[in-house]
Amino acid sequence: MTAAAITPSRKGAGFWGAFARNKGAVIGLAFLTLIVLMAAFADVLYPDSPWDMTAMPFQPPLSDDALLGSDTLGRDIAAGIAHGARVSLLIGLTSTAVAVLIGVFLGAVSGFYGGRVDDLVMRFTELFQTIPNFVLAVVLVAIFTPSLTSIVLAIAIVSWPPLARLARGEFMSLRSREFVHAAVTTGQSNMTIIWRQILPNSLSPIIVSASLMVATAILLESSLSFLGLGDPNLMSWGYMVGAARTVIRQAWWMSFFPGIAILLTVLALNLVGEGLNDALNPKLARKGRS
Amino acid sequence: MPRIALFISQRLVKAVFVVLAIAVFNFFLVHAAPGDPAAVMAGEAGAADAKFVEQLRQQFGLDRPLYEQLGTYMSKVVQADLGYSYRQQRPVFDLLVDRLPVTLSLTLTAFVLALLGGIALGTLAAMRAGTWSDTAITVVGLTAYATPIFWIGLMLILLFSVNLGWLPAFGTESIGAGYTGWEAFLDRARHLVLPVTTLGLFYMAVYTRLTRASILEVRDMDFVKTARAKGLPEWRIVSVHILRNAILPVITVAGFQAGHLIGGSILIETVFALPGIGRLAFEAVLQRDYQVLLGIFLLTSVVVVVFNLLTDLIYSLVDPRIEVAP
Repeated sequence: MTAAAITPSRKGAGFWGAFARNKGAVIGLAFLTLIVLMAAFADVLYPDSPWDMTAMPFQPPLSDDALLGSDTLGRDIAAGIAHGARVSLLIGLTSTAVAVLIGVFLGAVSGFYGGRVDDLVMRFTELFQTIPNFVLAVVLVAIFTPSLTSIVLAIAIVSWPPLARLARGEFMSLRSREFVHAAVTTGQSNMTIIWRQILPNSLSPIIVSASLMVATAILLESSLSFLGLGDPNLMSWGYMVGAARTVIRQAWWMSFFPGIAILLTVLALNLVGEGLNDALNPKLARKGRS
Repeated sequence: MPRIALFISQRLVKAVFVVLAIAVFNFFLVHAAPGDPAAVMAGEAGAADAKFVEQLRQQFGLDRPLYEQLGTYMSKVVQADLGYSYRQQRPVFDLLVDRLPVTLSLTLTAFVLALLGGIALGTLAAMRAGTWSDTAITVVGLTAYATPIFWIGLMLILLFSVNLGWLPAFGTESIGAGYTGWEAFLDRARHLVLPVTTLGLFYMAVYTRLTRASILEVRDMDFVKTARAKGLPEWRIVSVHILRNAILPVITVAGFQAGHLIGGSILIETVFALPGIGRLAFEAVLQRDYQVLLGIFLLTSVVVVVFNLLTDLIYSLVDPRIEVAP
């Protein structure tokens, strides 16, 4: 290991420098910014509801009234994509946030206390890792009827285990470090030590995993809505592909463009996640590239 | 008892506990569902008139305390009684058994191909790290990793069935073709090409990444240098010395992902109209047939548990250091 690899990264120039050194990450960030802007200004770009009929049905791309074509009911594909970006990002972010809460809480408790508690929590985590996660998500959303809340919760419930394992590992190794012993000696409570001492120090791998998890969550959401388990009031990319599935022979554009939107968003998020990894975990950054 | 036998029997005991825990979880899911559990069992509105629901309530003892109901449910699950689908007018277990072969042939073929392909590509990329072939493999892998599999399936149908007309897009065999013997087998295989490719591609990307990272970690270790210093041929160093050590984390993750693979088959079977468990799940979702859905959940969990056992076995064969894992 070189001396440079040991120096911890700092926020500011060092962070951006390390991030920008990964070209893929910069491209990913640019794409992601575009997608976020598209989601933010969806109402300005396409003021009509994406469910409204605005063109003749089955219009191919580059038609006068529909840039990316229209679907079987004359809804504008481009409008659907712009509005769908909101749903994908919203669900991706909130479900990841919930998964991080569950995972980090369980992992922290498990790693900090060890022993029986650790055993119990880890058995529980293993159980959830064994369960086929997409099947569980389908079952949960179907039983609790598709809605924004049920989708977010279902995705969070099937996504937290890797985070719990990660947090547990971090807490276990930090638990025996001097600064934690010092905090114990000064009489800080366990909660304070977990919250103020260990958590801030284990944040960077958690942030990296969480950023990658947003991508997985978006894929999960699109799969659910492809199967017709999306929130019936929200236009989403997966729903668009699912609805166009049966007319693929006549109208490729109806499923092609929403799929590209999913692909680009998920790819951008993965690239940004890797850039964050390079910037936040310099020890690991050189691994895998030489 | 030999170590391996002990190891496997420990895993077996654990597997049984996992399956039981999932069954309990299943039970509570029915009861946590909004509305009347009897209505849930009957497949919600439409099929369920009041009299029928009352009859179900009696039959399943839904007026009894919860723990008693749990007991009844568990004793049924142990006897492979997963309830009755009032929508399909058949026991859930029979429905599942009918559909299982298609799903297993789809997922197992996809898994084996993805694993072999992923390990080969990952090795290639790692041994040529930094060259154009490494970059190409990495970029393709990243893209495959980010693409929703149902969409890949549709695009492959568009390309290979609609435009080129090379491969069939739907079903498991040509209807009315009357093939027998070898021809019938080939026909079935042709129908599996697109679904298997679609399902396998994503996981191939995952295994490629893993193998690549794992090999990069191993390839500069001392024992590899020793092997080089001994003057062993490169292919032998890669296949025997590096790969055997680098492959362990790949197998671990591959075992974990068995469940994801089965989940993916819901999407694949929906896209390619294959009459498997996944398609059944999709139909059950459409019809709100919760008994079937929960049966699928339990069965796929069992398949995953069995699969994890197999991975453990393979793991212990590949890695002789393994004795008794915690």
